[in-house]
Order: sequence, then C-alpha cells, then structure tokens
Amino acid sequence: MTLGFDPTSIAGKRFTTRPHVPLVVVGAGPAGLSAAIAAAKRGVKTLLVDENPIDAGLMGLDVPLFFGGRMDASVQNAGRLMERFIEARPAIAEAFDLGIDVQLGVTAWSAYGKGPTAAAYGKPLLGLADGEKSWLQSFDAMIVAAGARDLPIAFPGWDKPGVMGARAFQALLGDYAAFSGRRIVVLGGGALGVDTALAARAAGIEVAAVVEIDAAVSGAAGLVDKLRRDGVPIHAGRCVAGTKGKAEIEAVTLAPASGQGDSVEIACDTIVVAIDLAPCIEMFDLLGCACSYRPELGGYVPVVDAQGRTSLPHIFAAGDCAGIADGALSDPAHAEAGGRRAALAAATLLGGDASPDESVPPPAPALVDREGPRLRWLNAHVRRGGDDMIVCQCEEVRVRDLIGVRPPRYLAYDEARFAKRNLHALAVEGQVNQDQIKRLTRAGMGACQGRRCRDQVQMILAAQGNCTPADIPMASYRAPLRPLPIGVLADQDEAPEIRANWSAWFGIASQWQPHWLEPVEGESEGSGALFGGAEK
Amino acid sequence: MNETLVRADASGKKGASVVIVGGGVTGLSTAWWLAQEGVDVLVLDKGIVGWEASGRNGGGTTHTVSTLFKEEQRLWPMMDALLGYPTEFRPYRIRVGLNQGQLDLYWRIAGVAIQQGFTADGLDPRQVRELVPLVGENIAGGVFCNYGGHANPQRTVQAYAWALQDRGGRIRQHTAVTDIVTAGGRVVAVETDQGRIGCDVLVMATGPQTRLMAEKLGVTVPVAPARAEMIVTEPLPLMTHGGIDGGGLYGRQTLRGNLAYGGGPHEWLEEQGLHAPRAVTTPITRSLARRLGDLFPRARHVRVIRSWAGIVENTPDGRPVLDRLENPGNVVIASMSSVGFGLSPASGRAVAQLATKGQCDFADLRQFGVKRFAALGPDWREKLGWMPWTPEASENLVEAAP
Repeated sequence: MTLGFDPTSIAGKRFTTRPHVPLVVVGAGPAGLSAAIAAAKRGVKTLLVDENPIDAGLMGLDVPLFFGGRMDASVQNAGRLMERFIEARPAIAEAFDLGIDVQLGVTAWSAYGKGPTAAAYGKPLLGLADGEKSWLQSFDAMIVAAGARDLPIAFPGWDKPGVMGARAFQALLGDYAAFSGRRIVVLGGGALGVDTALAARAAGIEVAAVVEIDAAVSGAAGLVDKLRRDGVPIHAGRCVAGTKGKAEIEAVTLAPASGQGDSVEIACDTIVVAIDLAPCIEMFDLLGCACSYRPELGGYVPVVDAQGRTSLPHIFAAGDCAGIADGALSDPAHAEAGGRRAALAAATLLGGDASPDESVPPPAPALVDREGPRLRWLNAHVRRGGDDMIVCQCEEVRVRDLIGVRPPRYLAYDEARFAKRNLHALAVEGQVNQDQIKRLTRAGMGACQGRRCRDQVQMILAAQGNCTPADIPMASYRAPLRPLPIGVLADQDEAPEIRANWSAWFGIASQWQPHWLEPVEGESEGSGALFGGAEK
Repeated sequence: MNETLVRADASGKKGASVVIVGGGVTGLSTAWWLAQEGVDVLVLDKGIVGWEASGRNGGGTTHTVSTLFKEEQRLWPMMDALLGYPTEFRPYRIRVGLNQGQLDLYWRIAGVAIQQGFTADGLDPRQVRELVPLVGENIAGGVFCNYGGHANPQRTVQAYAWALQDRGGRIRQHTAVTDIVTAGGRVVAVETDQGRIGCDVLVMATGPQTRLMAEKLGVTVPVAPARAEMIVTEPLPLMTHGGIDGGGLYGRQTLRGNLAYGGGPHEWLEEQGLHAPRAVTTPITRSLARRLGDLFPRARHVRVIRSWAGIVENTPDGRPVLDRLENPGNVVIASMSSVGFGLSPASGRAVAQLATKGQCDFADLRQFGVKRFAALGPDWREKLGWMPWTPEASENLVEAAP
C-alpha cells in the first residue's frame, strides 16, 4: 500500500494492462489502415484495433450503426463476417505483413488519461474488449480513425424494423454481405443518397425510389443521371408522411414537402435514411479533447490542426471522424491522406521517422452546408408527424414529451403543473442543455446510447429554444462507448489491493457511527476485505 | 442568541431576504422550506441546479446514523405530494449478504435503525431469491429494512427547484458568486458575475467549494473534494423492491428498470476553484461491473450502457456542517459531507430553521458545528491521507500478457 494515503482511495491501486505499445490506431477503415501502415513504415510499433465484425446482439440494438434489423442470419457467424470484412479491406494483409498488431473484433470502449478529476495515471490507457472479456492497454499516442456514424432522422412510422441508416447499409452490403432487404427506398438525394442507391443497384437490389426534400437533388449530376437511366424514380420536393406494415416496413408514403399535393405510396421492405452522416467523436469527448460544432463538417468535430493533432498532444484524428465531406464519402484517398498525416505527427512525437510524406494528397474536398438539409427534413417530418411522433425510440419519448419536458409515462404526475415547465420556460432560465433535458425526459438514455436520437434532439431543442443547433452545448459521451455485458466489462484481473481495501463509500468510521456516539477515528467496518468481492 | 432576521416580504429584485449560494439538493431543499413559509428566498447556482453530486448519486434515502434520520423517514413518503412533482421515491431496502460476515455487518447496521424504533426482517437465501431474482447461489441471506428507500436524484432536484418556484422562491442559474460583502459583522450582499445581490441572511450550500467560499468570510470550513463514480445498465424487468445493496456496492434498480450502482475507490482531488471541471470515470468501472456481477450473477449478460462520476466533499469526520455562525451573525454553513441527497428533505428543513430562527427544533445539530474543527491544522488533509496521487510513469500498472 502507498504509505500515508487513504487506503480506500485510488492512491496506490494498480491497474492490469496488456504490454505497453507506443501507438494505438482505433479503426481499420481507410484512414486507420493508412495511418497504421504509415506509422509502421516510420518505425513505430503499432497496435491497430477495429470492432468489426460487430456482435449481432449489438446490431439488434442499432449499435454502433442504424441497422434497422436488416441483417440476415449470417451475422450470427462471427467467423464468416470476419472473413468477409478482411476480404473487403486488402490493406489489412499489408498491415499484418508490416508487423502491425492487428486486432479485429476488438472494441475501444473507453480511454483514460491524467486530468483535473482523475490523476492516477502514469500512462494513458485504452479500454478494449472482445466478445468475452475486457482489458486495458497502455499507450503513448493514439490515432482515432473512428469514421462516421448514421444520422437518423425521424419520420412518422420510422419506429419499425426496416428503417436503417446509409452507413449501416454500406456495412451490411459491403463489409459483411449480410443485407437482408430486397427493395429499398433511399431518403436523401445528395452524395450520400446517390452513392447508396448506386451501391444497391450494383448489388442487384431494387431501388424503388430516391427521395429528396429539396426541389432538386444535390448529388453529382452524372451519377443522378445514371440512376435515372437505370429506372430509379427520383422524387424531389417530398418527405415521408407515413409507413405501412405491421411487424416491419412494407411501404412508405411520400407527400409533398410543401404540404400541398398528392401522396404516393411506394412498396418497399427497407427505408435507408441517407440524409447525412456524422463524425464519430465519442473517444475525443471522453479524453477531454476540445470539440467544436462545425455544421459544414457534419456537426461536432475534434479541434485539430492540419496534421490531425487534437488539443491533447498525444491524441490524433484521421478520416471522417474529423469531419465529413461529400467528396470523401466515395473516395478513400482523402481518408488515406489524413491517416498518413496523423501517422507523421504521431511518429514525430514518438521519435520515429519524421521525414516528410512524399505522397501528393488529393485536393481538399469542397464543403457544403450539411445542417440545412437535416433541419429541413426533420422539420418537415415534425410537421407531418405531429407531436406524437417518436424521437427517442429506446425510451419512447415523443416530440410532445421533449417540448413539454415531460417525465416518462410510467410515472404519475400532475399534468397541470408540468404545463408551465416546458422547454420555453427552461429556455428563459438559461440556455437549454441537452444533458439536462435527457435526464428529465429520458431522451438519449436508452440502450442505443443516443445514437438514434441525439442529433434530432439537438435540432428540436434548437428549434424550440429559438436558437441554432450550435447554441446547444454538446451532449456528453460516456464510457463504455458500446453497451458491454456486465460479465465482459468485469475486471477479472483486478489487483489484490483494490479488493483488500474496497469500501462502498469512503470508509470514514465516524461517518457511519450513530449520532449518539462520539466520533472515532479510523476506517469503517464496511471497508476492506469484507466487501472486497469474491476471488476469481 | 441570534435574532430572527428574515422579513417575509423583502422588496426589490436586487436581493432577497435569504440568499442561498449553491443550487444542489441541500440549497434547493432549504429554499423550498423557506418558500413554503413565505420567506423571500433566492438560490444562486454557477450552473444548472442539481448539476453536480446532487444529480449523480445513488439515490439512497437510508441514513440511519444521522440525527436527521427520523425526519428523513417521515418526509420521503410524502415528498411527491409535498413538492407536486415526481421524485420516484420507493420505500425499503434489501441488503444481500454474499457471506456470513457481510450479513452480520448488515444486521449490526440495521441495529442502529432498530434502536430508533424501526424494524428489519431476516431473509434466508430462498427468500432473497424470491425478492431479488437476479442473485445467485452465492448468498448467505439478507436483511429487509422496513425503512429507507431510494429516489431519482435528477428528477428530485428538479422537483425541488420547480416546487420552490411555485411557492414564490427564485432561482438564478448560471450566476457564480465571486465574493461576499460584509458590513458591521454581517453579510449584506454577494458579488456575482451578474452583479451584486443583497441579502439579510446568507446560506452557504456550496458543496466542494465550501472551503473556498467560507474563506471569503475568514471562516475555516475544512472540506476536501473527491471524485466517485457509478455505472448503469440497460433496463431489466422490475424487481419488487429496487433498493438493493450488496457486494460492496450502493445503488438501486430504477423505475425504468436500469441497475445503477457505485462504490469502490474514490479519488481525492486538488481544489478546482469555483468552476468544477467535468468529473470523469476510470477503470474502476470494471471493478464495479465485477461486483455487480457478483451481486447479480443472473444479470451478467445484461449490458452496461453508461457510467458517470461526480464530485463530493467530506469533512474530516465525515459528518455534516450545519451551523449558524456567530460572526458574521447572519450566515448558515450547510455541507452534508457527501451524504446530502437522501437527507435533503430533513436537512433543508433544518437549515431553513437555522436561517430564520437560529436553531433547529426537531433534531440535535450540536455536533455539526464548524467549531469542532477549530484545533485542526491546515495540513489536516495530509494527516488523514486525503491527498491526490499521481503515479510515476508505469508505477500503477501491472503488465500481463493476454
């Protein structure tokens, strides 16, 4: 034990970690593979982790992508999915050949480092897990190449199996060859929607429609023409008025976005929400990297310099997690260039080969307004779907519950009292805060960890608070970044001194003595080995 | 002794009869009690009410050792009706002993409540399993406490806030108190980043910031900040009673069905000044998961979906400071020393009485005076070992190959 320190505190307690690595790269997409390979070539010993193939149970929760239940049975076979994933990424073989420690099926669920409220770290730590167990990995530097996630936009009738996101569609179709649908409708006529429709056509999947809220689709003209020649109907100026199907999607009803005109019903088994993606910034928020709201980059992004350095000197960002651009969605060259830049920056920090990168990066992709289309889609659906439209599926929070800051239905409460406690009233008392609204309405507190609703809630709060999404403080991210079973998260290698000194609460003897006794000093009865927990 | 100071109808928007610094559960409850009596009260918080420890704790309402325990038990069942907003309070606790030693300790602890007129029943392993289907075969038995309970901290703090406003009390969020203004041996105002606010009485309910705040008055209130953390799972079917302790953990099953549990090593911190940084979790998350699995083996497949941490303060003996100062003569210090949430209905009433009458008429607060620490030197934290610790390099890591 560490002399002179409170024995029930963290002082002197050790954490078990795998053998130290200088560099970890999180994410084996184009950016992460490129970063790992470049770092290895610069002489930096590198660990590359990727959560794929994703556990079928998580897919069923729409974690980490909006899968919508459209996985086929082959996702139960992790070995098959692993093979397909590796086949889809030839650079993985190169990574192995270069001596990179490639660990697939390994999820980075947290990261730790010294800060104002946690100082008991000599080295930064990464929390990792596979399907059976979790462990810690100490490192010196980390390149986060976590990519992009789906940005679900609610519409009336969206809470049924068969509604999914474009990134999930890409994963099921491309990485896993496990998409179970046959006839899709794509929401979104921008680069993402057009790419989605073309990929579906190339795989022999029927595309019953591409739908765009604005009067004209913004996807590349050549690609849109290709879709038209292929017989894919393009419905511009429309949004979703509802869906049909009892157990799952069987049809979608489109209506004019302007509100005037006829509806049209289109049979389909899948609706792919391809309006936009968002950067995966969870890891940056956990570590305390500065993030800022950049709508032209897809929302909140880590603050980075041109080499991908974040506000923490040992943490780097590469690829879509640092910002979305239409050009980068279809061309991995941008992500790969970002990976090489981050690898150079990391190698410089770690004492590896810091010679300049000779390759010529592609010109930076053009940035467009990403916020406008999202808001137009969501606002149109809120108008169509009304106050009863579900926003948070996990906790069944509807638009009216958000605006009214209502407690969940299972609580009895006095409706009249809550009538004057809505968002507008809260906004008068100070900027509306999404974490606060989450706690009161439960929106975002479900098993999908807010993936299906956090962006929408932010937009709705902004609309109701008469401000822009940029004014809403970012809702926090929390470990574990993926829902992990208790048995997997459990520390099976816990240091004996943690067990020997365990206390439920501080172990101050006089805090737990009846008030009619004089306070005594020392440790309380409830500390130490009694509650240390069972030996393995 | 102290005169009655508070006017029920203080005029002017620039101040209040009673200004309460700190919109955590202690300050909010105090304000609610004052507002119920028609006292003009204003709560100031540097951020959103209940943002820190008050909204992050385990929700337990079972503080048998406190002089405020009986009042805690009397009030909680009435709080939803009294406040007019749901707290999610549910009564009783079940303590699960994973071995005989733990069970024996739980009985000793229950003895404290039994001495005060409450009752507890023994549960054999079968009975525990009936009430708590998630436990495994590894139990010695349990204690069913016919007292205590649990509530939702976040919902409760908001309920206090809205209830006090319903009764004419005021809250100013995002208003940080930067200094205290005295004249003639009394506090006359606080300085904030929004301007000066006058008061007849000041209540200081500033949690971990209490030492720094009291220092502005030249008063020494020894408290040290520490970080604690919890984990929460996805929802499960509801058990009959959610207030279940065991395995070295505190916590509950929420009314939504999540298991929310904490425990284990805390971390003593450097003082952060008046703006608290966001408290983070640590790998102790995994130790919590391990013990949750030991307590509820049948829930080992259930997913942990979130974790969080909060910052509390502790006094050297872990007991509250609830004290009307002599000098200045119109200040009440209120720190509940890390056990504030559950006792809040009672502590608020006590502090409200200290503010208006100078004494509490339902509980003996004599041992909660700040003067008990008069002999403590400035190095008290070092002496207790309540110090932050940073390992050298890999000193606190044990490498193990897979």
